[in-house]
Amino acid sequence: MPEPISGPTHEPLPEPIPGPTREPVPGPATGSALEMRGVTAGYDRRAPVLHGASLTVGDGEAVGLLGPSGCGKSTLARVAALLHRPRAGTVRLAGRMAYGFRHRAPRELRTTVGVVFQQPRLAADPRLTLADLIAEPLRATGRRAEAPGRLPALAASVGLGGDLLARRPHEVSDGQLQRACLARALVLRPRLLICDEMTAMLDASTTAALVAAVEEYRREHGTALLAVGHDRVLLERWCDRTVDFGALLPR
Amino acid sequence: MTARLSVQELSVRFPLRGGRTVAAVTGVSFDLDPGECLALVGESGCGKSVLASALLGLLPGNARVGGAALLDGLDLLTAGEKELARRVRGRRIALIPQSPASHLTPVRTVRSQMEETVRELTGAGGPKLRGAAEAAAERAEFPADHLDRYPHQLSGGLAQRAATALALVGEAPLLIADEPTTGLDRDLVDRTADELRRHVDAGRGLLVITHDLAAAERIADRVAVMYAGRIVELTGAASFFGAPGPRHPYARGLLEALPERSFTPIPGMPPELDALPAGCAFAPRCDRATGDCAAVPALAGSRAGAVACHHAYSHAPETADA
Repeated sequence: MPEPISGPTHEPLPEPIPGPTREPVPGPATGSALEMRGVTAGYDRRAPVLHGASLTVGDGEAVGLLGPSGCGKSTLARVAALLHRPRAGTVRLAGRMAYGFRHRAPRELRTTVGVVFQQPRLAADPRLTLADLIAEPLRATGRRAEAPGRLPALAASVGLGGDLLARRPHEVSDGQLQRACLARALVLRPRLLICDEMTAMLDASTTAALVAAVEEYRREHGTALLAVGHDRVLLERWCDRTVDFGALLPR
Repeated sequence: MTARLSVQELSVRFPLRGGRTVAAVTGVSFDLDPGECLALVGESGCGKSVLASALLGLLPGNARVGGAALLDGLDLLTAGEKELARRVRGRRIALIPQSPASHLTPVRTVRSQMEETVRELTGAGGPKLRGAAEAAAERAEFPADHLDRYPHQLSGGLAQRAATALALVGEAPLLIADEPTTGLDRDLVDRTADELRRHVDAGRGLLVITHDLAAAERIADRVAVMYAGRIVELTGAASFFGAPGPRHPYARGLLEALPERSFTPIPGMPPELDALPAGCAFAPRCDRATGDCAAVPALAGSRAGAVACHHAYSHAPETADA
């Protein structure tokens, strides 16, 4: 087990060991879905966006993270999804320590978390059909063969019927594309789903439909949820508990 | 500097290869008086933004436009590009764009863009230009000490104010705001809505296009609900958001989907605009639909409230509390 990274440091973070031994020692797949401790992250080392943030999402729990725009909540979501490397602090997914981020994130950890972003147009490859889009994570993990068996039921559960799956992003509405992005985030059956402002671009009815689809899926699979947003009424209605972003930072 | 907009039977069609046609806007009629705010609400893809583009003469070349849109007698739909460019856009109709951060030129400071617009629209020049640009920024409460920044150095709220300031330079009596609050957090939405409202109270007409019902409630005098390219309900904001509530089943469903209310989605999805069902486009999703709905219902009623539905909820006093 690598040492947890601690304290603000200007040294580059230790690189994981290259080669076949890069895969992590499989820790126990129990405990909280997400546990972040003292995470400092940003895009400019002189001015970190996050400074020592800590957050726990219990197994199967739904947590709403509230904050105004620009407060760093999306950065936190990106760190939790292993898409952004923190400068300090620890991230555990399903009890296992993350020591690689972005392309260095070990597959076992990466596949335990699914993400839905705010803007489906920026998050979807315009060349793929919705079916290929949803199946992309299966392809990337060498499980392409599972796609025909999984896709129809999953697509139906997010409200995408028949011929929509054969279309490409420019042929569907924002709401339909976001449904496909949700299905893509769920196709590997993650332990944790992160929805970063998933419904900010959508109208009231589509918002309610997507939230209902997420909740239906969670009831069935026990997936934990981190929903990031600024709409207090929505997140309080949706989640088991909400936290204000400021409460994650040390006093 | 007042202007009255009268849109009559506006339709926009996009012919596609293979003989199909996208019916983006169909038979839309409404009036907008000076000092009034009309909110156009509906799901994404229902034709709201196409309508705004039609009023500004900014539709792509393959669009087929019908009907009329009269701004103090000038038909915006038949006016030539020269007329629109030199006399209308920015001077008589101003656009407050969606996602202002991408509307502003990224490689020039706000001051440079403000000065260019002031020079173009008011003819101010020379030593007066700097002061005129600062005054223009001031009107939209854009802080003068941020004028020398580039768009990427502005927060979402300040970028919104910069775009609003640019829109206000030409003293246009009619403002069109296309999703002015998308992506902003609640405090900024409220502040943006209040700022827009001030311009309405100063006598301008404002057409605000939005899917954010909370923002519409905060700002609008009247609400037009669009579904599949048609206006299905056009009514006062107070009765729409408060008692007795909307009359069209779609409008009811949209309001009931809010997390503040029952948080239940409308079943199904909106129809494709190139394959609209015959008759009422909402009927396949509607729990009140009957055989009558095979005929398209006309928008019927008075200026106080009109609805296009064969089975609209009644506002008769005896049933209002039932």
